[in-house]
Amino acid sequence: MSETLAPEKVATENVAVMNQLAGRGVRAESPLYHAGLDKLSALNPRAGGVLLRELKLLGHLTLRGSQKNASFMNGCAEVLGLALPTLPLTSVEKGGVSIRWISPDEWLVVLPADQAYEVERGLRAAIEGHFSVVNVSGGQTILELSGPNACDVLKKSTVLDVHPSQFPVGKVAGTVFAKSTALVRRSGEASWELVIRRSFADYVWLWLQDASREYGLVIKS
Amino acid sequence: MSQKNRLQSGGRIDRSKAVTFSYNGRRYKGYQGDTIASALLANGVDIVGRSFKYSRPRGIVAAGAEEPNAVLQLGATEATQVPNVRATQQELYDGLVCSATNGWPSVESDLMGVMGSIGGKMMPPGFYYKTFMYPQSMWPTYEKFIRKAAGLGRAPQERDQDAYDIMNQHCDLMVVGAGPAGLMAALTAGRSGARVIIADEQSEFGGHLLSSREQIGGKSAADWVADVVAELAKLRNVQMLPRSTVNGYHDHNFLTINENRTDYKGDKAPDGQVRQRMHRVRAHWVVLASGAHERPLVFGNNDVPGCMVASAVSTYLNRYGVVPGSKLVLMTTNDGAYQTALDWADAGREVVAVVDTRANPNGDLIAATRARGIKVITGSAVIDVKGKKRVSGVIVAAIDAKRDKVTGKPQQLGCDTVASSGGWSPVVHLSCHAGSRPVWNDDIIGFVPGPTIQKQLTAGGINGSYSLDKVLSEGIKAGQDAASRLGLSPAAVKLPNVRSVREGKPMALFHVPHTKPTSRAPKQFVDLQNDVTAAGIELATREGFEAIEHVKRYTAMGFGTDQGKLGNINGMAITAKVLGKTIPETGTTVFRPNYTPIAFGAIAGRNCKELFVPKRFSAMHKWHVEHGAEFEDVGQWKRPWFYPKAGETMQQALDRECKATRESVAILDASTLGKIDIQGKDAREFLGRVYTNAWAKLAIGKCRYGLMCGEDGMVFDDGVTSCLGDNHFLMTTTTGGAAHVLEWLEFYHQTEWPELEVYFTSVTDHWATMTISGPNSRKLLAELCDDIDLGKDSFKFMDWREGTVAGVPARVFRISFTGELSFEVNVQANYGLHVWEKLFEHGAKYNLTPYGTETMHILRAEKGFIIAGQDTDGSMTPIDLGMSWCVSNNKPFSYIGKRGMAREDCVRGQRKHLVGLKTKDPSVVLPEGAQAVADPKQPIPMDLLGHISSSYWSANLNRSIAMGFIKGGHDRMGETVYYPLADGRVIEAEICSPIFLDPKGERQNV
Amino acid sequence: MLHIYCPHCRELREEEEFHAKGQAHIARPLDPDACTDKEWGEYLFFRKNPRGLHHEIWYHTAGCRKFFNLTRDTQTYEIKEIYKIGEQPEVTADKG
Repeated sequence: MSETLAPEKVATENVAVMNQLAGRGVRAESPLYHAGLDKLSALNPRAGGVLLRELKLLGHLTLRGSQKNASFMNGCAEVLGLALPTLPLTSVEKGGVSIRWISPDEWLVVLPADQAYEVERGLRAAIEGHFSVVNVSGGQTILELSGPNACDVLKKSTVLDVHPSQFPVGKVAGTVFAKSTALVRRSGEASWELVIRRSFADYVWLWLQDASREYGLVIKS
Repeated sequence: MSQKNRLQSGGRIDRSKAVTFSYNGRRYKGYQGDTIASALLANGVDIVGRSFKYSRPRGIVAAGAEEPNAVLQLGATEATQVPNVRATQQELYDGLVCSATNGWPSVESDLMGVMGSIGGKMMPPGFYYKTFMYPQSMWPTYEKFIRKAAGLGRAPQERDQDAYDIMNQHCDLMVVGAGPAGLMAALTAGRSGARVIIADEQSEFGGHLLSSREQIGGKSAADWVADVVAELAKLRNVQMLPRSTVNGYHDHNFLTINENRTDYKGDKAPDGQVRQRMHRVRAHWVVLASGAHERPLVFGNNDVPGCMVASAVSTYLNRYGVVPGSKLVLMTTNDGAYQTALDWADAGREVVAVVDTRANPNGDLIAATRARGIKVITGSAVIDVKGKKRVSGVIVAAIDAKRDKVTGKPQQLGCDTVASSGGWSPVVHLSCHAGSRPVWNDDIIGFVPGPTIQKQLTAGGINGSYSLDKVLSEGIKAGQDAASRLGLSPAAVKLPNVRSVREGKPMALFHVPHTKPTSRAPKQFVDLQNDVTAAGIELATREGFEAIEHVKRYTAMGFGTDQGKLGNINGMAITAKVLGKTIPETGTTVFRPNYTPIAFGAIAGRNCKELFVPKRFSAMHKWHVEHGAEFEDVGQWKRPWFYPKAGETMQQALDRECKATRESVAILDASTLGKIDIQGKDAREFLGRVYTNAWAKLAIGKCRYGLMCGEDGMVFDDGVTSCLGDNHFLMTTTTGGAAHVLEWLEFYHQTEWPELEVYFTSVTDHWATMTISGPNSRKLLAELCDDIDLGKDSFKFMDWREGTVAGVPARVFRISFTGELSFEVNVQANYGLHVWEKLFEHGAKYNLTPYGTETMHILRAEKGFIIAGQDTDGSMTPIDLGMSWCVSNNKPFSYIGKRGMAREDCVRGQRKHLVGLKTKDPSVVLPEGAQAVADPKQPIPMDLLGHISSSYWSANLNRSIAMGFIKGGHDRMGETVYYPLADGRVIEAEICSPIFLDPKGERQNV
Repeated sequence: MLHIYCPHCRELREEEEFHAKGQAHIARPLDPDACTDKEWGEYLFFRKNPRGLHHEIWYHTAGCRKFFNLTRDTQTYEIKEIYKIGEQPEVTADKG
């Protein structure tokens, strides 16, 4: 038995890995599917201070492991194509893959949904020692907020200091969002990504519509 | 009505914009830029309310937040009613409707006032405590009348349609107050590069400079303010918040600011605009530049309309172009107030006299006053005021302030306005909010902010610095200090030239003596809003209330919505004098947020209506709504409760759902159950430590039910955990307990057993979970799943398998909470609704019936399964619940709950045990919460045996069933107990096993 | 509203992101079964309520989900120090 196959065998016994993606023809509904954002985007006013888009149906993997475990750090870098950010509250992004720091031993990897299974298998094959990979793709979604008043909406919704001096592009912070929670990332000078939980998505959607009302909300498809 | 007191010119009002408003049902005119108060004074309205206790007529006293009397009810419609509006702060707009909040039948002719003037002696401090104490049962009746008589405004009866919101802010420096000190601090820090927020309660920045005729740097004060504001507006790092009251200064430099965004525009916020916004500011440093309030003096009948604070008179003259009377007598203890006499004279009206309590005042302003030919009476005081609804004259007499005596012959002067100044009180309110106590400063005759741990600087009037050059330089210094403490290099700001005025020493006088002793003198008011008099304070101290906090509570001094801004210092000084102590020895009361009253809406912000509490939905929620489900709140989740068909009652729907499950197949959305993915080589060990039962031997592909206890041995959660791999488990928790359980696991892992290699990740939202239950569930599942052998012997009860359901990768768990053959299908939530709908497509022929939480509760109760949180309340051990089968004491590690369960109280006999209860009359359903007794005829209080925790009508058993607790119940099977109810009925029931159906568990094993 | 430095996120955050978990340094007895009822009761129920310095455990609920310790003055609410689980406080009442 070759060495490359050996870890995979162990993995299948120790941990249940599952390709959770259904075949074509099966309808997948993002957490805001029911809001009909695509339809709303067609009815939009042209201008508004806040732009909203759901970055839906992506693959989300929660990675846990110790920074002291070289196999974990190297394995992640090798399989993901970029190293895990170790500086607190930072993120990295390359191609379609982004990694958000959540805690010193936890990261969120966001990638195309159809890569989640292969990446999880790859990680399990590459890493030795204590770590975990959990597919959480169905449990959360990402909302992108942009526009000149995106910061104002964030100030109404979170207790973070979103001033550029305190929250530069690439920074990530888990925080309260209205009465729910969100993982907030500044993706550009005037654009933000909120990772929110599926079950709270409708609440957050109502909240954002309300908080954006005075600025005008534009839905992007 | 004409504006008889409006000057021909002057002031900051816009005379091109006349507005009409209504006060007490009468229409008046004013100008844009007026407050209600300035417009009422312009129109010669003297009376704005009746006093709290004595119902005496009251007029406008001040010109800002400190106003005690002119507290009005605002609102043109029922929905826009706002109580507690200070007329001195509310800007006028066209169509404004306001009224006095008390006085019956009207403020002008009030019947209660008769009682006040006759009965004044009969209403000493503590009057309400003393009079309405007994009998206690009558208090609600008394209260109704007292409240009506007191008239403190009223809440709207209709819903306020306006929007209020909250904004979280962060800054380097928060400057409170935009008077000369605050403006300089903000400008200096702003130029130094700090992120600054500057807030002021007034409509315009400038503070008292808006009412001043001073020159600054060769410009008028108004022009100087305009220039500074223009520069601040250009600085991108400075945020200016006018009409924003800093109401609270909380721990760690957290401030709450209430911004009035549209209150000045109209009765209702213009469409789409937020009426008020609460800014929650976290500041690295704070500069308090909140200024000072002028103190009125306490003298006989000092509450008659026409008695005002001297600086307020100047404000009405200079800022609003209103002269609030014809003939002025000014009484002062200091030089500064002379400016009011000069302002009055400049307005062309008569200054009858300036009465100075000092024997030899000699500052520049006195000379200027004398030069204008104004009479100055020195060493004297106004000891009494004549007039009822308006001042008609004053009694002036020479005094010996030291010995607190009138020494000269009183003389009467005719006048209609009495302005008084006893000096200034720094506005220390905010500095007290986080626990700091103000300290007395003899030099400035006032309290200044005390030591604090807050990162706080102060500048200007709050320090007792009142000369303009000092105020400005303290502002610059505070801005520079803040900048350097923030690590910035402080900008140099040039101190502008201002007029220097030679001032004499002020006199420390608070309470003006009268020819009679205080107790018999005319009422000398200290706190105008709460009708607290000097005599009342003296009486309170005589009755033994010597601590200042007790005096405050007993007399209600400072308890009004004005928080005693004008009166408190005078009250403390009087208390000190009576006690023979100094003011610092007597001490001061402190202030709490909020500085001025705010609307509930501003506190709630957007957390109201549909946003009040988040509603959590499963991936199948839309289907439930479309199929008529009624919903139940479980935590924040909206779970289908039952699915009534047209014309069905709730019970009929439940009966149908229950029967369908036991007879064919039914489906439950179980997505809300908490789910925690556990990975690591010590996962199994960890489970053994947090569950009461054994996990060492659970094989891959198997599931097991577990109970979780606290260290006290009491059950707090339960659920099924499945072994996905040797180092991989999926834990389920109750819906409501999910977050708590995850935090619990992390707590033990991070703080007690960090050496265990295990990671926990919430996957509650990731999996959509649907439970198909009933004898036909296998057949239904088989139609959509061809890659799992669903056979009875290959996929056993408490097994799980991976496969494909309706084309979607799934984990299927053969576990059962209904006692029927059941399969719990888990798919990634994005596919939840797809799989759910496919099941219904194929389920029609089996009469696949959706059921909700209520049917789930009934079906599990038929099987005697507990629901943690319903059948447990934190006081039940597994043994109490009859679940000793789920407790393993052979585990090597002393798991959480083991030691607790062995405590003396947990092992005694006669604990309350969970049992089944069958009513003698099978058609009677026991109410949940009913208490059992052995003998219903025993006298009250009865000896209670335990309560009913779950009780239902079981359509399958055609009778009622219940679970509940009975002392020693496990040993009392077959005995009869009684449930006496509040309605007089007594229900008889027999203690039995809680397993009402299929005790051998055969149905789930088919 | 406290402003709390999270030692893992390494910045100050608002109190609403955290849960207070009470007194710190209450170690679970290594052998609970050897404890008398009194000893177990003290572990389970008895907590300090000092006027002054208090060592507490907090949880960064909405952030990194890590527990940590802090020393807080219960009178002034001043947070004197933040330290990680497993570390000992430096600011203590006996050190003045």
